[in-house]
This record gives sequence, structure tokens and C-alpha cells, in this order.
Amino acid sequence: MRFLLLFSRQGRLRLQKWYTAISEREKKKIIREMTTMVLARQPRTCNFIQWKDLKIVYKRYASLYFCLGVEHEENELLALEIIHRYVELLDKYFGNVCELDIIFNFEKAYFILDEFLMGGEIQETSKQIVNRAIESSDMLQETMEEYMSKPAF
Amino acid sequence: MALKIVKGSIDRMFDKNLQDLVRGIRNHKEDEAKYISTCIDEIKQELKQDNIAVKANAVCKLTYLQMLGYDVSWAAFNIVEVMSSSKFTYKRIGYLAASQCFHESTDVIMLTTNQIRKDLSSPNQYDTGVALTGLSCFVTPDLARDLANDIMTLMSHTKPYIRKKAVLIMYKVFLKYPESLRPAFPRLKEKLEDPDPGVQSAAVNVICELARRNPKNYLSLAPLFFKLMTSSTNNWVLIKIIKLFGALTPLEPRLGKKLIEPLTNLIHSTSAMSLLYECVNTVIAGEYWESVGNLCVQKLRILIEDSDQNLKYLGLLAMSKILKTHPKSVQSHKDLILQCLDDKDESIRLRALDLLYGMVSKKNLMEIVKKLMLHVDKAEGTTYRDELLTKIIDICSQSNYQYITNFEWYISILVELTRLEGTRHGHLIASQMLDVAIRVKAIRVFAVAQMATLLDNAHLLTGNTQRNGICEVLYAAAWICGEFSEHLENPTQTLEAMLRPKVATLPGHIQAVYVQNAAKLFATVLKGEEGNTDSTAAQEASQLMIDRLPLFVQSANLEVQERASCILQLVKYIQKLQQKDVEVAEEVNALFAGELNPVAPKAQKKVPVPEGLDLDAWINEPPSESESEDEQPKAIFAKEEPKHSRPRHTEVDEKELARRREARKQEQANNPFYIKASPSSQKVYQEAPGVEHIPVVQIDLNVPLKVPGLPMSDQYVKMEEERRQKERAEKKKKEKKKRKEKRSGRGKKHDSAPESEEDITPAHMVDIVTEEMPENALPSDDDERDPTDPHKALDIDLDKPLADSEKLPVRSHRAAEAQKSPTDGETENATLPEPKKKSSKEKREKKKDKERDRKVYDIQGNLQDGSQVVVSVIFENKCSSFLKSMEFNVLDSLNSKLQRPEGSGPHDGLVVPFQLPPGVSNEARFVFTVQSIVMPQKLKGTLTFIVKNEDDSTHEKLDFKLHFTCTSYLITTPCYSDAFAKLLESGDLKSSSVRLEGVNMPFHHLLARICFHHHFSVVERIDSCASMYSRSIQGHHVCLLVKTVSTVSIDAKCDEPTLLGNVLDEIKQTFSQC
Repeated sequence: MRFLLLFSRQGRLRLQKWYTAISEREKKKIIREMTTMVLARQPRTCNFIQWKDLKIVYKRYASLYFCLGVEHEENELLALEIIHRYVELLDKYFGNVCELDIIFNFEKAYFILDEFLMGGEIQETSKQIVNRAIESSDMLQETMEEYMSKPAF
Repeated sequence: MALKIVKGSIDRMFDKNLQDLVRGIRNHKEDEAKYISTCIDEIKQELKQDNIAVKANAVCKLTYLQMLGYDVSWAAFNIVEVMSSSKFTYKRIGYLAASQCFHESTDVIMLTTNQIRKDLSSPNQYDTGVALTGLSCFVTPDLARDLANDIMTLMSHTKPYIRKKAVLIMYKVFLKYPESLRPAFPRLKEKLEDPDPGVQSAAVNVICELARRNPKNYLSLAPLFFKLMTSSTNNWVLIKIIKLFGALTPLEPRLGKKLIEPLTNLIHSTSAMSLLYECVNTVIAGEYWESVGNLCVQKLRILIEDSDQNLKYLGLLAMSKILKTHPKSVQSHKDLILQCLDDKDESIRLRALDLLYGMVSKKNLMEIVKKLMLHVDKAEGTTYRDELLTKIIDICSQSNYQYITNFEWYISILVELTRLEGTRHGHLIASQMLDVAIRVKAIRVFAVAQMATLLDNAHLLTGNTQRNGICEVLYAAAWICGEFSEHLENPTQTLEAMLRPKVATLPGHIQAVYVQNAAKLFATVLKGEEGNTDSTAAQEASQLMIDRLPLFVQSANLEVQERASCILQLVKYIQKLQQKDVEVAEEVNALFAGELNPVAPKAQKKVPVPEGLDLDAWINEPPSESESEDEQPKAIFAKEEPKHSRPRHTEVDEKELARRREARKQEQANNPFYIKASPSSQKVYQEAPGVEHIPVVQIDLNVPLKVPGLPMSDQYVKMEEERRQKERAEKKKKEKKKRKEKRSGRGKKHDSAPESEEDITPAHMVDIVTEEMPENALPSDDDERDPTDPHKALDIDLDKPLADSEKLPVRSHRAAEAQKSPTDGETENATLPEPKKKSSKEKREKKKDKERDRKVYDIQGNLQDGSQVVVSVIFENKCSSFLKSMEFNVLDSLNSKLQRPEGSGPHDGLVVPFQLPPGVSNEARFVFTVQSIVMPQKLKGTLTFIVKNEDDSTHEKLDFKLHFTCTSYLITTPCYSDAFAKLLESGDLKSSSVRLEGVNMPFHHLLARICFHHHFSVVERIDSCASMYSRSIQGHHVCLLVKTVSTVSIDAKCDEPTLLGNVLDEIKQTFSQC
């Protein structure tokens, strides 16, 4: 996997994750191309696009587009499955996830993603394990926050 | 203190948090940029505060802004600060920000090495996890090298959560630091059989990725993967394993046989489409076609027939892969693929088009193209229509028009295509017209007639002026009409058409061709009229030219103007002669005599070099020799920069070549005198005894040429059908006759057999004029891998046993027991065996035996950049009492200073940030600034601490010395032999040498020892002689030439003689100890 982008129907970027080192300018170029390309697709067309040496696999969930750039040898259906799994994970965490959840808790969305994928590879295929990992690190954070909010004197 | 905290929390109350920022941005849709710039100002203020919570909040907001596309690289250092917070909440935010914002050229990354190392060894698995995740995004070659060993250790962590992450990140480490692959591989292999499925699948992932790039090194793992494949039920893992086998089988055919059974089972049984698709792909790539090929094609057919667009698309995609190797299997599904052309989804249609390219034959070409033409008519959107157009031309012109049996049909198709509005491919159509007209002699009559009609109806093409790319075909039309004007039925009419005032609106290069070819036509008209007693027609033609050409003489285009005025003067002269009744036609025709034959693009190369021509010889005297000092390096540079020293015919770089080739192609495409060679242009149609062809030639005459508005190609399809039927009937008749004559009964099969490819004879004998290809054409080396491909470096043999020098940098501590002298506070030192580590290390051990307290201090120097040294000290409490309030202090020298926090005096100690219960060790790091590194140095220091016993506590101190050897400033840096040679011959290095007496160990041990202890790397080794290289943290080059005959001698060169002397002394010291 090279990158994962989330953007809205209006082309506003909601999340970006890059698994190879690319310069900022290059990133912006790709983001622009992806949004225009994916948004221009007709409904009920297939979810794959050939783009340069990559395969772009995208899927729309409600008002959000999930767009994954994978290498040429990758399995497109698996990539779709990855997107779907990520959505399931978000759904489970936020409870019926919507775009606003991701906007306002974008760092959580990243944390979930980081437990699921790492360095462009699938890290954990089991939903339960990913959920448990996120919960426990959140617990750790919550306790820290409680601790911080106590008066220090 | 308390006030500060109160102030901090009050500040926080007024801060915006992330949610406020997001809300703010949403509320300021009109002036978002302005709003954000005020937010960034606020964030800058927040970052200046001491409160880490405020900083973390600011960094979190920055991460959000970064995602929106704002530059936040200025805050990199603050991100590092937040990363190093001890609170998980902030650390997590810090690492997230780093993973989003850092990249290889972020310079603060090198400050993070120790922080990351600390987090990796944190007792909290989530600290470690968050560090690994972050690292996976911004790992640099330096980080990879410095942390490879730490991560490798984590692969055997007790928690699967960490193991899994460590395994995955190893892949990134391998890419950045290929040397780590061999030492880490055995452990990675172990993880394939890890009890935790997550770790196992991570290991499969990593190995699969590695093997896909360099499959041959992983063949030995095949049995293990086979076992996993037959036992695993996890589809995610299975897909990866099958993909891996797809890469392995081409190298080991026996593997293919073994895999057939499990693959077939999976294809039959799985309900997961992704798995099925992967199996099919592997079958296509591998050697199993005989047995499972048909099954695969069946399954693909099911996919294509599925209503799910995705499956349809993938089915077609896989089909196109099969097409390359087994075209027959695909051709039988033509119906299905043609059906896909009607799909709503453009990407599916394009896939189907790709497939069609490979599926055409002489038999079905017309039919397929007819179907495509229908699609062209109803296609919406120019891109798809243009795609169709190029595909039609591709399909028809492939392999030198191999599948075209009737060129009249093809010309009609091209003419029909010109009616497409707004296409960008006028050029393409034009070049096809030219190509066919020039190379297929038999078609010229027909082509000229068609082109004349095109010219006559030019207004249809140029409807909306020059923006329309289609007017390019007029270029071809004009040229063909001019060049082959002898075939024109009515040249005067065409001449008139070419001189219409409307022509002046065409692009300049087309007008130029018009003018020139009008002259050719004029010559033809004169020739036709010659001998006629009535010369009015010829004179009218001259008058027409004289009337119309002035329009072109005024053209703004230089080419048009020049040609027009030339020809105008010529015609005026001819007119004068005509009025005197002089016969001029022959002379005028002589202007354009001779036929133009196609020239192969490579023909120029084949021109033999004339004898005595030496392109390398100097034309003038070479410039006088420069000073001898410059001479040598020049000779070395020559290899790398051919431009400087060799004449320019040597290799020009690939890109430039490609660019020139492209430019040349472009030029050739526009040049009617230069005809493209098609690939495999060797096939020339043979003149066969062609009784059958005569009727078709007759049919030509019946074609209603004058009606450009009607599609004509369809008629050819029908005619072709008829013709073929007729042929077949004739053949049958002949055969029947034969049979009757011979009374043989075996021919019956032939009657009902469908016509095969060979049965179809071309409608008319076509002489496709081909150009020759040079015999000694070089094979293209396109499959050369991209030199920048990071995977190239990972092509490493993994089965060789590990050499000493390959071991990963390990931070090991010398056992305290090894030292016998229990003298108080004495410092001893030994350089730490650490090859391949940028930061060299020193290790000092200190030991104290005071009553029953025993403490061992390991001090490690960790060199970071030109002037900074990080010394990590491991404090181990060997006594049974609790140690606390430790303070570390060093007496600074002029050259080396301990970095103290701002505001503290030059003699203050640094508080060690932990306490030590009995038997526990921990590590602290101290930064030193060093100015000169050419001399070794010893720094005296003291550690004070409180020993806490049950009833009392005592304050104690311990003296020690830190020894900074010169070796420790060296960094193992790999160096290529050419760069090394260049360096040696640059003349900047001072030399020195040393002799090692009484060393009798194998040469490779000797080298390993130098590498190990003194941070050198071997550049090249020839027998008992080796060159070695290292670099100091301040960029001094140190080169060694180690020779062993009876004794070992080391010749060394360095740009800093003092440093060199000291390093050599230290090397000598090392070998005197053994």
C-alpha cells in the first residue's frame, strides 16, 4: 500500500496516510488528482482505477470516499476488503460512524488506522484484537487525562 | 512553582483545543486562510510555553492543519519535544504528528534516535507500540541502522502486540538499511511459526513483500510456506502466500506441480472472491496452465458475467493477462467481451477494448471494427471516443497491417473516422493515411479518389476552425493527392479545391503542403492537357494558380509565403511560355519526378562509416597538456562524467535519448517523406497466383466515391462476406472436381469445417513496402531495473552463514567480572566492538568495590553530528542498598564540554532522572560538545549519590574518567571502490604508515577486527591486500591499505594527519593487546 486518503464529496480531505516517503508537493499533487478523478466517477461503476503505476481502489461510504493507492501486483479485492475493515473498525469505535466523527476526532481515526495497518501492510486481521488494543491505549490516555486535570497543588 | 502551574492551567482554559479549531474553520468558510493564519499565530505562542499539555494541544492542532495542506515543518522541534514527553497521552500525539509531518530530510529526526530507543525499551507496551508505529512512517537510513538491533530484539518480545509491530517495521528497516536483512532473517523466519496468528501473518506479509522483489533468495522457504498454505484458514494470509508462490514458481517448476492440487481445491471451494482471484492470477503467472487453465477461464467467465462491476472489471483484467500467453483460450469468449463494450462503466469498456486488440484475426477484424465504429458513433464524452479511435487504428495497424485483407475498407474506415468531431487524433489518422497510401501501392488509386473527395469537402472538417485537430487529415489528403496525382480522375477540380480562399484559415504547416501539392497537381494538369489542340484548359489552370496564389504569398507563415511566391513566379513564367505555344509540361513535371520510397528509421545507422573517417580523431591539435597534477584525477573522473572528457558520441543518458527519439518520431510523423517502420516489418505479402482477386478490383469501380456523407466501410464488410463465400464456393467446386477426379471420399470434412485463418486470402495483392531493420540491432535492455528501486538493495543471499562483520550493531556491555582490579574509582576503557554503526561508541567500565557496594558503570559514547557527542551511561546498582539523588558531573576541558541545561553554571552537575533499587540498572544520556576531534581525550568526572539503607543514608561519590578515543569519532561509512580511488588520487590526503609486529591471525580476522574495533569498512579486498575506509564525524576521510606478507603493514591516508596518527596508534594498541 502506498497511501490512504479520506475525502468528502466536496473534495475536502479528511485523513491522509502515506506509507512511502514523498515530498509535500508530490503529496498535494496526488491528493488533487485523486479527488478529481474519484469524484468524477459515475455511480455504479467499478471501484478500481489504473493510475500511473498504481491501482487506485476507492469506495464511498455515505458522504465519505475512502481511497487506497496500492501497487500493481496487489489484489484489488483485498484492498477493498481493507477499506471495508477500516470502516467497520471506525464504526465499532465511534458507534455508527459519520463524517463529523472523523473530522472532530481525526487523531483517533489515525490511531485506529495505525493499529490496523502499519508501514503499508496489514498488521492485524482480527477486529477484536484491534479494538482491544485501541481500548487499552485509550484507557491509558484517559487515566492520564484524569491525572492531569487534578489540581497540581 | 505552584504559581507557574496555576498560570499554566489558566492559560489552558483560554486555549483553543482541536475541536474548537475544527469548529472555527467550519465557521469561517469564506476567509478560511485568514482564520487559519491567526490560528497558526496562536499555536506559535502556545508552543513557546513550558507547559507540555499546552504544547501537545498545539501540536495536535498543527497535525490537523498539516492534513489540510498547511506547512508545519517549522514546528518539527516542538513535535520532538512532545514525543519525548513521559505521558502517554502526549507521546501519542507527538508520534502521530511526527509520522504525519516528518520525512527523510527533516533534520530533527536525528535528535530522536535516543528518545525512540528509550520508548522501544519502555516497560509499557503501548509506549513501544506508538514508537514503532511512528517509526514505520519516518524511518530514515540512519535511524534504521541505529535502531535495527533494538527492533530485532523486540521481535522476540513477550507481548504479541509488540512482536507483530516489530516484524512489520523490519520490512521498512530492510529497505532503508539492507545490511540488516541477513542478520535479522533467521529470526524473521522463526516468526512464521509464531504461536500468535497476528505475528505469523505479519511475518508472512513481510517475507511475501521481500520475496516478490527478489524471489530467488526465498526458494528455500517454499516447504514452510507450503505447510502454512495447507494449514491456514485465514484468507488474508492465504492470499499473501499464494501471491508469494506466484513469484516463486517461475523459478522452480517442480513447485508448480506440487501446488496444482491445493490451488485447484481452493479455486473450487472458496467463497471469497479475493482469494479466488488471487489463485487465478497465480495460475496465470505460473506453470500450471495445462491442468487448471480451463478451470480458470471458466471461473473468469463467471466473474465477467457477474452483475458486480468490480468482478467484471477484474475478470477482464485477468483475461488480458491470459491473452498474452494463451490467446486461444480468450478468443473463444469473444461474444462476452464484445458484450462488455456495451457496459455503462467506462473502465470496463476500456478493459474490453484492450482485450479486443489481442483477439482480432483476419477473419473477425472487419466485424470487430464494425462493432467499434458503432460505439464511436454513440459514444459520449470525447476521451472515451478518442480512446476508441486510437484502439481501432491500433487494432488495424498492428503487426504491419497483418490482419487487414482489404485496404479499401481500411481507407474508408479512416475517412469515416475523420467525421468525428473534436477528436485530438487528427494526426494519427493522417499518418495512417499517408502510411497506407505510400506503402500499399495497389491502393493508391482508391486512396487518391477518397482524398480528393475529402479535399473537396474540406469545409465539413474545418467547421469550427483550427482548434479542431481533425484538420490534420487535410495535410495527408493534400499530400496524397499531389504526390499520386497521376491517379486522379479530375485533377483540375482537385486543384481548384486546394486553392480555395478558405484554405488560408488552416494552420500554416497544412497550407504549406497545400501550396506545394497544388504545384504538383498543376504539373499533372499540364501533362494531361498536352497534345490537345485546344490549350485553353491548360491556360485556365495557369490563370487559376496566378489568381489564387497571391493569397498565400501574403500568409503570415514564412513557409507558406516562401513556397507560394516561388511557385507564383514559376507559374507566371509558364504562362508566358504557354502564350507563345511552347510545350512546357515535360519540364514542369521534371520538377516533381521520382518516387519516394519509405526509409527505415534506423537506416542512417546502417550507413557504413567511410574508410579513413575517425570520429574520435582530433580535428585540430588537442589543447596542450595541463599541469600534471590535474591529470590523474581527470582520468578517474572520466569514468563517471563522460561528457567532460570524451567526445559526445558516447552514451548520452537514457532520458535524453528517449527525448530525442520522441522528437525524431514526432518529426517523422509529420514528414510525408519519412515512413514509420512497424515492428516486425519483415512480412511482405507475396504475389500469389491471384485469379480470385480480379473480381474485387472490378468492384472498386462501383464504389460511389463521391458521397462522403455516407458510411462506406459497411459495404466492404458485406462485400468481403460475399467474396469469401464466393471463394469458398469456388474452392468447394474445385475440391469437388478434384474429388470427383480422384474419387476420394475423405475430403468431406473440409466442406463443413469453418474457414480457418489461412483460407482467407487478401482481397487484393498488397505490396506492403517495408523497410529493412539493421541486422545488428541491439537488444533492448528495458527490463533493467530502476536503479533507484529500494528493493534492488535487498537482493541478498539469505542462505549464506552470517559473517562476523555482518552482525547488527549491538550495544553490549562488558561483563564486570572480567575485570580483576578492584581499585577505587579507576577507569578503564576498551572500545566497544561495534561494526556498522554510524555512531561510534566507547565503553568504559568502572568499578568500585567499597565495602559491599558494587556498582558498574558502562559509559557509551554515541556520536551524533560534527560537534555533538551523546554519551549514554548505564548505571547498575550492584549493592543491596537503594541509590538515589544521583548527580553526574564532568570537569569540562577547553575542547569538550558537557551540555548543561540553560541557566546552570559551568560546574553544576546533572541530575540523573531516576533512582536505583538494588540490582536494577538504567541508562542516562549526556550530551557533550566537542570542538576538535583530532586528539584523543580524557575527561574526569564525578558521580555523587545517596546510599539509602534501612536505618540511615550516606552521601557518597565516585570518580571516573571518560576516554574519548579518536577511533570513537569515526563512523563506519560504506565507500565504493571508484569513489575510493577518486579520493586517493585527489591529492588532498596526507599519508602515514604503521607496521604491526607479531600479529598472526588469518587475514579476514584481522580485517574484521579493524572493522569491529575501529569502525572501518572494507572497500575492496584482493588476496592478502585490502583497502578500507572510514569517515570522522567531521567529515575527514580515512583510507587504509592493509597488506600482509610476513608482517602486517598498514598504509594510511587522511586529510588530517594528527587524527590519522592517533587512529593508527589506537589500531596498534588493539593488536598489541591480543
